[in-house]
Amino acid sequence: MSPETIPALGKDLVGLEPLSAEQIRAILDTAEPFKEISERRVKKVPVLRGKTIVNLFFEPSTRTRVSFEFAEKRLSADTVNISSSGSSVVKGETLVDTARNLEAMSIDMVVMRHGSSGAAKFLAERIPSNVINAGDGQHEHPTQGLLDLLTIRDHRGPIEGLKVCIVGDVLHSRVARSNIYGLLKLGAEVAVCGPRTLLPVGIADLGVTVFTRVEEAIEWADVLNILRLQLERMEGGFVPSLREYNRHFGVSRARLDAAQRDILILHPGPMNRGVEIDSDVADGPHSVILNQVTNGVAVRMAVLYLLAGGAPELAESAKRED
Amino acid sequence: MNASRTPLMDESAVRAALSRMASDVLARIDDPSRMVLLGIRRRGDRLAALLRDRLAESGVDVPLGAIDITLYRDDLATVGPRPLIGETHLPAGGIDDRTVVLVDDVLHTGRTIRAALNEITDWGRPARILLCVLADRGGREFPIQADVVGTTVQVSDPRRVEVLVPEIDGRLGLDLVDVSGNGGDA
Repeated sequence: MSPETIPALGKDLVGLEPLSAEQIRAILDTAEPFKEISERRVKKVPVLRGKTIVNLFFEPSTRTRVSFEFAEKRLSADTVNISSSGSSVVKGETLVDTARNLEAMSIDMVVMRHGSSGAAKFLAERIPSNVINAGDGQHEHPTQGLLDLLTIRDHRGPIEGLKVCIVGDVLHSRVARSNIYGLLKLGAEVAVCGPRTLLPVGIADLGVTVFTRVEEAIEWADVLNILRLQLERMEGGFVPSLREYNRHFGVSRARLDAAQRDILILHPGPMNRGVEIDSDVADGPHSVILNQVTNGVAVRMAVLYLLAGGAPELAESAKRED
Repeated sequence: MNASRTPLMDESAVRAALSRMASDVLARIDDPSRMVLLGIRRRGDRLAALLRDRLAESGVDVPLGAIDITLYRDDLATVGPRPLIGETHLPAGGIDDRTVVLVDDVLHTGRTIRAALNEITDWGRPARILLCVLADRGGREFPIQADVVGTTVQVSDPRRVEVLVPEIDGRLGLDLVDVSGNGGDA
């Protein structure tokens, strides 16, 4: 008997833009059985036993790094965390030198977050280990896009035909870009909504609708993915004040009630309560924000499992089943 | 694939074998109320469901679970692309202190059973595990034997034995398959 196999992903996961709809669906389908592992008493399977994974974080992250680490440990990998503070990175070592030094210690995979767009691809092209992008500058954050897709699919069925609006700081958001690529490939209608100063020039060319009034976006959407107002990137005077941002673009109970139907609420975290999202929405009945966190571990387990799959020429032996 | 197929058992023969297996299982178990059935995906779980129906006819209701051993395969590090993983679900009430009747379609090298035993012991501590297979085709690579066997066939490569189930193959049966020029074992 030949068990079905999954379309190969290649060596790396740099973004959702280069993937086909079939590959994205394969990752989401693979994540399903991994959800169950996190509910077991012994939350560990021997899939990556003996593999070494380096989590290389040049930008601060708690949620994504912890989520990757849980995924790696539940697959029995050995993991090492390196963050920019307290490493040779601050001593001026280049990215490639850091990576080569790690390679010299026989690692198998690198999960990297970096402040520069394109850093993941740059690294992937220069080292033989699998590279997983955990966020690169304002480019992509593919595993966040995947977990958003999985969460939407869990609660609203097939992505195809759904209307999803990404609200907020689209300009600085790699989450927005990964969402747009993934959602469009799976056949959703996608819109963005935010103040003009926080929408990238030419965003409509990606095939998305643009709303500049949040009331219109809510009227249109089945799903709202509310982005964090990235306060650390706000020195450029993009919004007059947080209070004014909340008054015009904050997703509140009153605004949602005006739509008179159930709108699914996503937020990639960490939330600024009272800025882009009000507490009664974040904790409301249609919020799936904590489901996103749970799905994040499953999706990352799926990506690790798929990328560790070895060389394509061994495809035939994968079909062997004892 | 270039394969010729010879039927070894038709539907009624498989059903008769399952009835015999059900009585064999009951004969080996002191307290059927502590028993659970656990079928190995993707065909062992279908056979386990049929076995449950036979046991129900004898007045014994047995919780049913399914186990996918993909993540415990000993060749996972070397194969690619990835095999699809099926859903695993424990029988109602779990497996701790239960007699687990592990059901698979064909017993060959014993590697699948080794993987299943590892996964089961990661879940908990059953009182006892019995192995129940529809066909034992020989060719063991691990010291593993079945407790209850539907039929025994001696087969060597490139021939193999395949169980067919209605949900996947459209019919119930047991076939001898001669695979020329394309390796693979059932």
